[in-house]
Amino acid sequence: MKERVTLDHPKEKISKQHLTEEWVGKIYTWLCIIVLIVTIFSMVYFVASRGLTTFFRGVNVWEFISGLRWQPDAKPPIFGALPFIFGSFSTSIMAALIAAPLGFCAAIFMTEIMPKYGRRYLQPVIELLAGIPSVVYGFVGLSIIVPFLRDTFPGQGLGLAAGAIVLSIMILPTITTIATDALSALPGGLKEGSYALGATRWQTIYRIVLPTTFPALMTGVVLGISRAFGEALAVQMVIGNAPFLPRSLFDSTSTLTSVITLSMGNTVMNSPHNNALWSLALILMLMTFVFVFIVRWLERRTKI
Amino acid sequence: MSAKLANRIATVVIIAVAIFIVAILAGLLGYILVRGLGHVSWDFLTSVPQSIREGGGIGPQLFNSVFLLVLTLLITVPLGVGAGIYMSEYAKANRFTDFIRLVVEVLSSFPSIVVGLFGLLVLVHYFGLGYSLFAGALALTVFNLPLMVRITEQAIRAVPKEQKEASLALGLSRWKTITSIMLPIAMPNILTGTILASGRVFGEAAALLFTAGMSSPRLDFTNWNPFSSNSPLNPFRPAETLAVHIWKINSEGLAPDAAEIAAGASAVLVIVVLLFNFTARFIGGYIHRKFTASK
Repeated sequence: MKERVTLDHPKEKISKQHLTEEWVGKIYTWLCIIVLIVTIFSMVYFVASRGLTTFFRGVNVWEFISGLRWQPDAKPPIFGALPFIFGSFSTSIMAALIAAPLGFCAAIFMTEIMPKYGRRYLQPVIELLAGIPSVVYGFVGLSIIVPFLRDTFPGQGLGLAAGAIVLSIMILPTITTIATDALSALPGGLKEGSYALGATRWQTIYRIVLPTTFPALMTGVVLGISRAFGEALAVQMVIGNAPFLPRSLFDSTSTLTSVITLSMGNTVMNSPHNNALWSLALILMLMTFVFVFIVRWLERRTKI
Repeated sequence: MSAKLANRIATVVIIAVAIFIVAILAGLLGYILVRGLGHVSWDFLTSVPQSIREGGGIGPQLFNSVFLLVLTLLITVPLGVGAGIYMSEYAKANRFTDFIRLVVEVLSSFPSIVVGLFGLLVLVHYFGLGYSLFAGALALTVFNLPLMVRITEQAIRAVPKEQKEASLALGLSRWKTITSIMLPIAMPNILTGTILASGRVFGEAAALLFTAGMSSPRLDFTNWNPFSSNSPLNPFRPAETLAVHIWKINSEGLAPDAAEIAAGASAVLVIVVLLFNFTARFIGGYIHRKFTASK
């Protein structure tokens, strides 16, 4: 009898200790998850509530999106955000058009042509490019690309083209990394089948490898565009910041992010100008959702 | 054009592009370092910036960047590791988990300027933190958290199942198994990921413009009382970081040597980021060798 009691006692203690430990773990990890969820909801809520104020105070949504004139100091102030929306889309899409072919070639180099050199040299290079801070890209753009464009083409150098070039280098790592992962995940049998039929390496690449991995490659491109769309400082430094639609590639213009960066600090909270800037931030946020959903859609297609 | 010729041309083009990319990086780094390093000296690294005269340094900015990074990691790592553990160990395969995954994905693709604006509205104005290091650290946490969650989740998932099962079979609780068996094994990967994330945080500027502020008060580097307003350690003072400083002098610098200062500061920033990269690589490689006894 006595022995059983002494045996039972530590067992109970251990199970109690177990329970406490489990609860500590559960509560702690739950708290972390709750912080995450609260963060995102409050972000969406606050940006949306500030961004919608403009429209509650009598600005027409369509006029805001399609208006060509942005004159916050005029009386009454005019807010037409089309130049910024156009600037954001055109720079990021042009950046993707430059970066995508380069990134695909780099990925093919690393997986199909010279995997050994690719892993040894090209991969670290891509990782380092990803690590360089955006202000440094802006600085280099301002001191190399802008003077080069100014000397070679008409215009001041600051403008769409400079923004697109700087962004293309910044999103190259995103596109390359995802393309490389997609190409190396391709089952070997497909390629071997193609080679066995007598196809050359290039025929195999552009008839078999690229079409099969196309959705995954596009995922990388969309992620790149999304990154370019949200990039603020590097673009702001090289784009010239004129609030007009550009007339040429080398004309100064603005993006959503650049106008927010420049003006947010100089406006008073709740003034019409400030509210209009928040509306631009709301557009940025909505575009983020759109990009995430395109990426998810493409990822679903990848699995099939 | 014969298939063989097309093949040869394509191969040459692809190799040329690969070389071109390597050349871009070499050119970038070379330009930044050659142009910037000439300006970097002990004096440049420690003296205060000048607004109109030349000869300003980046001392306070450098300190602010490092201090902000430490503050950010102090907040991000516990939160990110906790959420990562949840995602890999506790999350069930249901809609709620899918939803959290979507949250992490959305959070990681938010433009950093939007994160900065959120910080301005909620932290700076609503919570009344003002432009401060603390507000900056919280904004960077938002920006860094999704990455940290992903790093932890992957690292914990990579722990061999047998080790987890052996621990559970010996009667350890699930939480004890996670903290004393799985986390130590996952630690090298978490550490490498954290260092790489630190590099990203160190160079971030857009999220900080409106949270940590674009100015730095006069600091008294002999006053280490964190509650005094001119102490470098006070987390509630405004703090301009190195990356923000580079942006500021490029867009509105008035000092006659603004371009040189920008170049020098960029060189310092890039060197720090490279150091983070190489440290992560070295630690990753070293621990991999230790654990796997491979060469």
